[in-house]
Amino acid sequence: MTNTPDLPERTPTSAPPRAEQSASVLDDSTYSRVLEPRGSGRLPLGDGTWHQLARAYVRVQLISQGAVFVLVLAAAIVAQAVTGFAWQWIPAGVVLLVTAIGIVITPRQARSFGYQLRRDDLVFRRGILWQRVVAVPYGRMQLVDITHGPLDRGFGIAQLKLVTAAASTGVTIPGLTQRAAEQLRDTLIDVAETRRTGL
Amino acid sequence: MTDPTAEDGRDPAASHPGASHPGASHPGAEVSGASHPSASHPAASTPGASHAGAEVSGAEVSGAEVPGASAPDPSWGPPEAESAADPSWGPPAAESAAQVHPAADETPPRALVRSPLSDGEWQRLHPLTPLLRGGLFLLVVIGIIVANMRERLLELFLPAVTDLPPGVLPPDPVDFLFANNLILIAAGGALAVLIVLLVAFRLSWRFHTFRISDDDVEVRSGVLFRTHRRAPLDRVQGVNLTRPMVARLLGLAKLEVVGAGLDSNVKLEYLSARAAETVRGDILRLASGRRRSEGRTVAASGGSLVQQAAGAVGAGIQNMVDGEDFSDAEPESIVRIPFGRLIASRVLSGSTLMLVAFVVAIAIAASLSTLWLLFSIVPAFLGFGAYYVRSIARGLRYSIAPSPDGVRLTFGLFTTISEVVPPGRVHAIEVHQPLLWRPFGWWAVSVNRLSGRGSTDSSTDPFAAVLPIGTRDDVERVLRILAPALPPEEWTYVFHHGILGPVEDDPYVITPARARLLRPFSWRRNGAVLTADALFLRRGWARRTLTIVPLARLQSVGLRQGPIGRASRTATLAAHVIAGTVQTSVGALDRDAAVALFEDTAHSTIAAAAGDRSHRWAG
Repeated sequence: MTNTPDLPERTPTSAPPRAEQSASVLDDSTYSRVLEPRGSGRLPLGDGTWHQLARAYVRVQLISQGAVFVLVLAAAIVAQAVTGFAWQWIPAGVVLLVTAIGIVITPRQARSFGYQLRRDDLVFRRGILWQRVVAVPYGRMQLVDITHGPLDRGFGIAQLKLVTAAASTGVTIPGLTQRAAEQLRDTLIDVAETRRTGL
Repeated sequence: MTDPTAEDGRDPAASHPGASHPGASHPGAEVSGASHPSASHPAASTPGASHAGAEVSGAEVSGAEVPGASAPDPSWGPPEAESAADPSWGPPAAESAAQVHPAADETPPRALVRSPLSDGEWQRLHPLTPLLRGGLFLLVVIGIIVANMRERLLELFLPAVTDLPPGVLPPDPVDFLFANNLILIAAGGALAVLIVLLVAFRLSWRFHTFRISDDDVEVRSGVLFRTHRRAPLDRVQGVNLTRPMVARLLGLAKLEVVGAGLDSNVKLEYLSARAAETVRGDILRLASGRRRSEGRTVAASGGSLVQQAAGAVGAGIQNMVDGEDFSDAEPESIVRIPFGRLIASRVLSGSTLMLVAFVVAIAIAASLSTLWLLFSIVPAFLGFGAYYVRSIARGLRYSIAPSPDGVRLTFGLFTTISEVVPPGRVHAIEVHQPLLWRPFGWWAVSVNRLSGRGSTDSSTDPFAAVLPIGTRDDVERVLRILAPALPPEEWTYVFHHGILGPVEDDPYVITPARARLLRPFSWRRNGAVLTADALFLRRGWARRTLTIVPLARLQSVGLRQGPIGRASRTATLAAHVIAGTVQTSVGALDRDAAVALFEDTAHSTIAAAAGDRSHRWAG
């Protein structure tokens, strides 16, 4: 939008202004190595430093998914004991199976998330079985959204979502420490201000 | 008007005081996409100008409260000399409105606007508006009542009705009225309701005003619940003029300024057809930023008196050289669709294949079981027939033409739609050819763009199918006006290598031979190529498709790979653009080539976006 020529001059050096000094905040109590698929045909990591999710994210996920698992199981058992029916095991079984798979893969999956703050764009990657890499130019960001539920707050983590005009961009960083999330948000907004482009 | 960030609770620091942080004093968690370039916004004293837009959307709807909107406004006073009866209904209160807005620099200059309706003051819609917006419904209700009363009246003359035993109340309210001699009261009541409705219509018309200023289009409406919607002009995605059947009979038209968000259109319904046409021209001229560029040159030469005089003379000469601006006039279409071809194209479309398959399936089923199954074909035929008629009627009177303010598209037999889409508003272009069209060499072009519709609006965006059918020449002409920025040397990628490819020296990165099982028929075609301005994606063997994604509009770029792709060392490249009918990803590319394309696209996008000036296309 402010494509006017009186834009502040872009510094050709490594630009996200606070990214350097904030690296310690972004990497505080996170994983240190991005987990990749084993196959040699995988999407390569490339160079540059990847920032990762906070370790607490896995705990939050395990607790919440475990709670769902236990609750569904308990509800199904109670229903069985009270009514004597068995049909509730069909939906309950589906939910239990999905949750159990989630519990098993979450610790590995969480280590596959990564994001890089490059000079002009943010690169985001996730997934092991289904890998996905997205590059979002800073100027395209319309919105930076931070959410955290009660459990997230208890463990001090937050979810950060980048919204562009295209719904398919889909960049959501689920488990940052709250300090990292706020730091990242402010950095992104600062950078986006200077690199604003049209839709 | 409160700060939208505080309402949405998007700023977690605001909603969770515990999470205090040095950066929490940042007022908004958003990158506000819709805010005006504040340096160029002249009048912060305008009602609502303090509204900092914070959404993706180009238009904002604010609640009932607009600071300053409650200030006395002479144009809201008693009706000025019954302007409703005046067929030419120009702005009746031009002199009274002048003192309302002391910020005169907000007013667009005379040279730019043609219509008195777009002079930067609050204006009203056409007085017949309530009739079309709600009055038709009223007419229908009255018609139903009259139809029922007619039966009543008939019954009255035939003495078969009144054989109820005395003392028993009739079962019907009308009978009840007759029985108790309440007919006068009922008629009075009906009259009162009618008068109230008419007054309400009149009031809603009086309170429905719009303003076209230098930077945005605003609409205020509602009597009790006020709505104030404004669309910044540099986010205008198009202006369309719809003339539904009934409105055409009355000489009216609906003007819709297409904004950039979900349900963000600003509708001016209804204006007289001629006024709507000039207002659209004004909106586009203002949005193009022509005044800004002119203003800059004048300011630059505004040194001494001599220079100013020289500048004035120069501008005069320039005007003489330019001649009169005919941009409002209907330009000549660059594509003609013969009636026969239109019908043939619809008959040969994929839906016909579906119909044939359905009929065959039903026939087989009927021959195997009961003949009665054949009757289920009837509704299918009705449905398909309606579809054919609709799509053919839509394609009639099709015309597409370049204009100074973008592509102008017109079509429709009964409901005529004419839309102008400024340059740089097209996010992806697709040229495709269904299998049955191949012998005739016909193609269709569709685009993705921001249509500003709500998520509940199921009607298709009229502009999405830019060219319903055309020959290769037609397609080339249409693409040239849709993607005017494409340099000439890249045109070979479109037809020679792209749509008709692959040929020798294929520049496209295609599916490697080892992965041909993933694209058994189309693997030689399935590919992508990147230039400095656009990403070309070529797909399909039976249904040949070429997608052009202008990098200046690309939102982000992605790579995907699943287990099969990993085993075959391939990946899917996805260009993320505004959602629409055009698919913008291509799968089964060689992994290394895809990674290289991904990186190059990411870099080229930034360069292209930084050089993009199309939000004010004349400037």
